Amino acid sequence: MTQFLFFLAGIGTIAGAVGVVVLRDPFYSVLALVGHLVSLAVLFLLLRAEFVAAVQVVVYAGAVMVLYVFVVAYVGAGSETLGERMRGTGAVGSGLRLGAAILGGALLLELLIALLGTGLQAIDGKGAGYSPGPQAFGTPAYIGKLLLTRFLLAFETASFLLLIAAVGAVVLARRRGGLGEEDEQAALTPLDLLRPRETGTMAEGVGIVRRS
Amino acid sequence: MTPTTFGWLTIAFPLGGTLIIALGYRVLPGRSAGWIGTGAIFLAFLAALGALISLQGHTPAHRQLASSLWSYASTVGIDARMSILVDPLSVFMILVVSGVSTLIHLYSISYMDADRGFARYFSYLNFFVFSMLLLVLAGNFFLLIVGWAFVGAASYLLISFWYRRTTATRAGIKAFVINVVGDVGLVLGTYFIFKHTGTLDFLKAFHATTAGAFGAGSDNGDLVAGCVLLLVGAFAKSAQIPLHTWLPDAMEGPTPVSALIHAATMVTAGVYLIARMHPLFERAPAAQDVGAIIGATTLLVAGTIALAQTDIKRVIAYSTMSQIGYMIMGVSVGAYAAGLFHLMTHAFFKALLFMGAGSIIGAMGGEQSLQKMGGFRKALPFTYGCFLIGGLALSGIPPFSGFFSKDEILLVTGERGGWHWALYVIGYIGALLTAIYTFRMIFRAFHGEPVAEARELEAGHLHHAEVPRNPATGEQEDTDVGFPGPSHVIAERAIPMRVAMGLLALGSIGAGLVQIPKVDFVIDDFLKPSFADSSQYATHTRSGLLVAGLVIGTVVGLAGIAIAYRVWVMQPGTAAAARARLRPLYELFVNKWYFDELIGLLILRPAAAAGRFAAGTFERVVVDDTLIGGTTGLVRAGSAAVRAAQSGFVRYYAALLVLGVTGVGFYFLLQS
Amino acid sequence: MSIAWYLAISAIVFTLGAIGVISRRNPLVVLLCLELMLNGANLALIAFSRMWGNGDGQILALVVMTVAACEVCIGLGMIVAIYRRHLPIDVDELRELQG
Repeated sequence: MTQFLFFLAGIGTIAGAVGVVVLRDPFYSVLALVGHLVSLAVLFLLLRAEFVAAVQVVVYAGAVMVLYVFVVAYVGAGSETLGERMRGTGAVGSGLRLGAAILGGALLLELLIALLGTGLQAIDGKGAGYSPGPQAFGTPAYIGKLLLTRFLLAFETASFLLLIAAVGAVVLARRRGGLGEEDEQAALTPLDLLRPRETGTMAEGVGIVRRS
Repeated sequence: MTPTTFGWLTIAFPLGGTLIIALGYRVLPGRSAGWIGTGAIFLAFLAALGALISLQGHTPAHRQLASSLWSYASTVGIDARMSILVDPLSVFMILVVSGVSTLIHLYSISYMDADRGFARYFSYLNFFVFSMLLLVLAGNFFLLIVGWAFVGAASYLLISFWYRRTTATRAGIKAFVINVVGDVGLVLGTYFIFKHTGTLDFLKAFHATTAGAFGAGSDNGDLVAGCVLLLVGAFAKSAQIPLHTWLPDAMEGPTPVSALIHAATMVTAGVYLIARMHPLFERAPAAQDVGAIIGATTLLVAGTIALAQTDIKRVIAYSTMSQIGYMIMGVSVGAYAAGLFHLMTHAFFKALLFMGAGSIIGAMGGEQSLQKMGGFRKALPFTYGCFLIGGLALSGIPPFSGFFSKDEILLVTGERGGWHWALYVIGYIGALLTAIYTFRMIFRAFHGEPVAEARELEAGHLHHAEVPRNPATGEQEDTDVGFPGPSHVIAERAIPMRVAMGLLALGSIGAGLVQIPKVDFVIDDFLKPSFADSSQYATHTRSGLLVAGLVIGTVVGLAGIAIAYRVWVMQPGTAAAARARLRPLYELFVNKWYFDELIGLLILRPAAAAGRFAAGTFERVVVDDTLIGGTTGLVRAGSAAVRAAQSGFVRYYAALLVLGVTGVGFYFLLQS
Repeated sequence: MSIAWYLAISAIVFTLGAIGVISRRNPLVVLLCLELMLNGANLALIAFSRMWGNGDGQILALVVMTVAACEVCIGLGMIVAIYRRHLPIDVDELRELQG
């Protein structure tokens, strides 16, 4: 039974991953990733990580991916043809097409050799023993206890990080100075986005270059 | 007070004069800068007299006194102290220097009256006197070199005093550069002497030499080399061949400057040097011979050039060169007292001649060419009288002072025997030439038909040129600062000038009385303690040669005057006819034996070419293009190569990241 | 199934993510592939946690998920801002850091 589930989830995982990389439309890529995440949650369950699996589905697939969907809907799917995608711009793009494949292959080869060829005996086993109970391995209570005792610092830091990210996202994506203004603006560079409003380069400061 | 205290005072007064005038010229009223300067030098003269009197209070054996104020640097065996040496030789020199300087300062007060650089002039002049006194009173090579260099600097400042005249500034630079060549010789010579004696102090070095620091015999290689290098310094300062080309050009300076520096004092520094270093020279006869030969050559060559010059100041300048040739020859053959005696008398009559020249140039409104002068006898009687006195003294006519001093030199030269007879003969030929050119100058300027300026002056009006011009090139000037002032002065109308010239005339006449042969030996006896360690300081003379010499000298002088009279007064066309017949000889003399052209060809043009090569080719191609351009080019190329890696493509960077991870993983795989 | 299988899947997923990051031009998809790589790492962590029998790996996987969420937040915010400025949504065109 576990083996059957394993292969099912494994195929789903890899299929989702391939879909993310290959599919043209970003929307389809997002959907492929959602599938991948759910399959991954099943794999987590098979590894007795119940809480993490639940978190994966609820947070990752449920919140982060929904965010993605919203953004893709807003931005619009700038789909690129396969040829165009692979051609890239100039020598960099075409070189990278080949390079990506080679690099990926090399990386996979290395990792597989590392995993399977080194003769690590522990990986060949099924893992440590398992005894069910209220605070057994993988239960929320188990995780919670760990978080609040051994990994308190990581816990607090992670929450702080979330706060910063939220503030940062608001700052980055807000409108500047009222509605409809951006239509008159000339093409600005991304660096301008990171600048506070009244500053500029020295040339702009002395009035040589006008900042629109 | 001790002699050395007087010595320090002698140096201190002119230094004080310089500083007061230089720092306070804005607050000094009217022409007081001139009187302050003159007063300072007069005080120095009094201090020199004090030194003389107090020195005579010592016994002859103890008349060489050194005094040191402080030690400037004392390391690695070099003892550089601020020390002066007061002995008869230096007292003699400071008396001559300060005495003649006082009179020249007095003369300058009138001469430079209308010049806008009046205070600057007196400050420079005082500085010069300070340097000369320092040079003469120096007690070790260190201060000697310092004084030597200062004197050269003062000469430069004063030659290019009228600094807006290009001819003057060029002359100043020429003088300074040639003087620097001499300075190098002096310093190198000092090194050789220091190498063997181990000390810079004069008395210690001389004692070491007598004790055998250079070996027992004579003509030690290092000693000869050192003495010859010292001679190079002496020749540059005293304008002897081949370092003489600066002296005629130095006539660009104001006439009192020519009188002081280039007649009486600075050019005599070389003579003083050889006399002071006599213990070294006496042990290097080869160097002495070099000095004697160069002195004789110079006196002959300069005499011939003076025959053909038309600028009155240049005639007197070449005359100076010639007379200093006598002095150099004198001290190189051992006639120390005679040479120094001639130094003193020459200072008197040469300064007198220059002062007279200044007067007649003033009467001509700034014009200096003999060809434009004539017949000033009635218009400038006092000047004429002074010129006559100076000219007679210069020509060696008894009983004027020049006669006694010049003949004594030639006497000692003849007594040395051997090949020195050639120098003896050259000396008398030179005396003949001296008489000829001196009276040529006098007859052309004062005899004959009065020129327009002379007639103007006889009528009572001093001539003024409407447009001031450079006397050498004729180009137009103005009378603002940097050029001579608007008005000119003549001796007949300025009391300070007449006082100075009168005193010098008295000196020219009477100075010979102190050393009449066989009658009194004031100079000989006075200087003897300085030359106690000399083997050549002989005071006895052979009567036969003595009388013969005196007679020949008189005859030669009178013959010269007679020739000049015939050519330039009685038959005025003779000079032009002689010029036409002896054309090549005349060309040689008028072009100063082509020394300037020779130096230009051998030294100046290669140097200029080297400079052009360095600036144009080497600097441009090697340094700018290759070294600097190459280095920056390399850096630019390198950074361009590196810049290519910053493509801005994010995917590229990601690919590099993954490549890195793969590489590291590969490495670890290999490890295990 | 032995742990090695899970690790193999993790390796495959990670590599696929890496290839995607390098070869896709739409920044949204690049971020998605970045998520792929993070998930691959997560799987490896959980697998090892199971192997050793202690919860360290799971905690770390949770933290990784948190970080991934934050990073997605910021990244998407930037993409929105770029879109608002009418710039092309293409990593090859956004080359301000060139040179």
